[in-house]
Amino acid sequence: MKALILVGGFGTRLRPLTLTLPKPLVEFGNRPMILHQIEALAHAGVTDIVLAVNYRPEIMTAALKKYEQEYNVKIEFSVETEPLGTAGPLKLAEKILGKDDSPFFVLNSDVICDYPFAELAAFHKQHGEEGTIVVTKVEEPSKYGVVVHKPGHASRIDRFVEKPIEFVGNRINAGLYILNPSVLSRIELRPTSIEQETFPSMVKQGQLHSFDLEGFWMDVGQPKDFISGTCLYLSSLTKKGSKLLTPASEPFVHGGNVMVDPSAKIGKNCRIGPNVTIGPNVVIGDGVRLQRCVILSGSKVKDHAWIKSTIVGWNSSVGRWARLENVTVLGDDVTIGDEIYVNGGSVLPHKSIKANVDVPAIIM
Amino acid sequence: MSLQVPNRNKSGAGKTTKAVVLVGGPSRGTRFRPLSLDVPKPLFDVAGHPIIEHCFRALAKVPEIKEVFIVGYYEEHVFRDWIKDASKAFPNISIKYLREYEALGTAGGLYHFRDVILKGNPDRFFVLNADVCCSFPLLEMLKLFEEKDAEAVILGTRVSNDAASNFGCIVSDAHTKRVLHYVEKPESHISNLINCGVYLFSTESIFPSIKSAIKRRTERPRLLSYPSSENLESTFAAEREDEGEKNEVIRLEQDILADLADSRQFFVLETKDFWRQIKTAGSAVPANALYLIKAFQNQSEELAAPSATILPPVFIHPTAKVDPTAKLGPHVSIGPRANIGPGVRIKESIVLEDAEIRHDACILYSIIGWGSKVGAWARVEGTPTPITSHNTSIIKNGVKVQSITILGKECGVANEVRVQNCICLPNKELKRDVSNEVIM
Repeated sequence: MKALILVGGFGTRLRPLTLTLPKPLVEFGNRPMILHQIEALAHAGVTDIVLAVNYRPEIMTAALKKYEQEYNVKIEFSVETEPLGTAGPLKLAEKILGKDDSPFFVLNSDVICDYPFAELAAFHKQHGEEGTIVVTKVEEPSKYGVVVHKPGHASRIDRFVEKPIEFVGNRINAGLYILNPSVLSRIELRPTSIEQETFPSMVKQGQLHSFDLEGFWMDVGQPKDFISGTCLYLSSLTKKGSKLLTPASEPFVHGGNVMVDPSAKIGKNCRIGPNVTIGPNVVIGDGVRLQRCVILSGSKVKDHAWIKSTIVGWNSSVGRWARLENVTVLGDDVTIGDEIYVNGGSVLPHKSIKANVDVPAIIM
Repeated sequence: MSLQVPNRNKSGAGKTTKAVVLVGGPSRGTRFRPLSLDVPKPLFDVAGHPIIEHCFRALAKVPEIKEVFIVGYYEEHVFRDWIKDASKAFPNISIKYLREYEALGTAGGLYHFRDVILKGNPDRFFVLNADVCCSFPLLEMLKLFEEKDAEAVILGTRVSNDAASNFGCIVSDAHTKRVLHYVEKPESHISNLINCGVYLFSTESIFPSIKSAIKRRTERPRLLSYPSSENLESTFAAEREDEGEKNEVIRLEQDILADLADSRQFFVLETKDFWRQIKTAGSAVPANALYLIKAFQNQSEELAAPSATILPPVFIHPTAKVDPTAKLGPHVSIGPRANIGPGVRIKESIVLEDAEIRHDACILYSIIGWGSKVGAWARVEGTPTPITSHNTSIIKNGVKVQSITILGKECGVANEVRVQNCICLPNKELKRDVSNEVIM
């Protein structure tokens, strides 16, 4: 089987992290985001993966070489010379996606969930029509495009309603699809949107079905959602009793959902959790309080610091008695001085912060 | 002026000197709230000692001072215990509290008690405002007084031009040090040499001077005009109340000093040392820092020994408990029986008696009230203001807020909560993050 991952551009929404690493390589739950997707695809029997990108950083090429061997898949870049929207990249990769009659997966690289690729493929095969889109139920559908089914049909889509004012349903497009190669002939090689153009035309001919996603779902394309998504991901690991999590018997674990890389060092009298990931080679000092945060590899959190709702970028240092909160994001190699308070600061790489950041601000 | 200046002995030998410490009264200390809700301002501990005691430590260094009067309109019992303790600590000084039953003004109070002050025919006497924090260079004032055969010496200090109009401004002859002109809180810029609120007067000239001011007052009631904006909230309101009262309210600053400047024997000693007013409760933090620095420079044995976790100067009361992993200083005072937990950080702050700071909490630029409790990983924080600033408020989002965070008596801050630039009245529990607020 084949898959296409829509990676797109520079991931500016996830800056300052994406100033250092391309978005697919930013660690989510201590592993590069794209690895969650590659692993799930490989488990579902996918052998050919196309990454639709606007640019191809060297670092990505190298990383993906490694994953090719690890998961025994073939990964190819499909580079757009101009942005082609969400459908154009499929046409661009027609040679691979259309090389045989088997259907292919399409996924948005920002989406994090329990990828149900095997079940999705089985369902798609069973209804026998051109396409299936994964849908997830949300509390406030008015913010999204809502999927409405044909009357009396459980999965065949009747129409899409963009940001509905009145309640028409609460299933929204989750950004994961499985499509037959015949769909490629519906797409022209130009900037075009799969949601706005391709799907509506398929719906008209009754060729598009929906598949309900179980469990969590999150678009983690920006820091606030990246942190929320981490919480959902860790909760789902807890539910599954995953070995990836640090056991609650560790004295520093507070409230569960804590993932600590084995190479990280944790000091005395810390209280960590709930919803914390700590990356490789991180050093946490004594008396540190962490909750709802992501500490990326090589960082150092000094004694008595307090961190909440924050992403601490790679190789950063957080001073003693510092306090970070309210979606603070530190880029690579940032230094926060002792006793400093940062409220919602986005700090670009290699900066040293010596004065409080009292209100959310970008620190250039 | 019809003051007669008799021939005076040029040498200081055999002269007697007394002192008066002006403490004001409970209705005057409102700007020191919320701390003055529980302790009268003069008795508030700064650098381990009541504010008033710092005046007495300076007075005790002048050997010829044997008698000091505390003048104010607090009730008698307020100073009773402190006077008892101070009489032991300063055995060579007799200390008496003289209570004004109505606010007479700083000069009016002196005049009212002139018989007590003049008993034993002292030649001169110091007048110290208790709410002043400075090094009190009294011996230098005395020296200038004798050198110049002065009738009055005022302690002056230079401040920034912007700040000067909030104080009494002195124009002086740089060479002779004579005071040429004195204006209390002028509207326009006159001088950046200001009145420190510390004076030395000859008894022969000051009482006649006050007397003639009183006489003028009864003949021609004073016109009130204090239009500078900074003063409006503080002095103007007080003046209004005074208007209804008898005309006996005579202030040294407004009513006497300007006249003295007309005499030829009024001199200023300019101190290059530190000087601050202790008006608002927040100003206790810089005052604490200045007195601690002074104690450190004098190698005072009261201070905690510097170490990896004690950044000097730090005062820790012998009965306070401080965990060895807590890091304190600089400019921190810890009161009696206070309990400082492991991994706590305290900087530029005063922690009052019986307060408890739990583990890993962080206290910066704050005052923690008596018996208050700060939870684990809490952060109680003010905003640093420049050391040269005479103001403890800052502008945040266009609103004037206190730069020093103050928790009144028996307040609580929950675990992990952050309190920034807040004033918290006594007996409040803070369970949520707060900033830039007064919490009733």
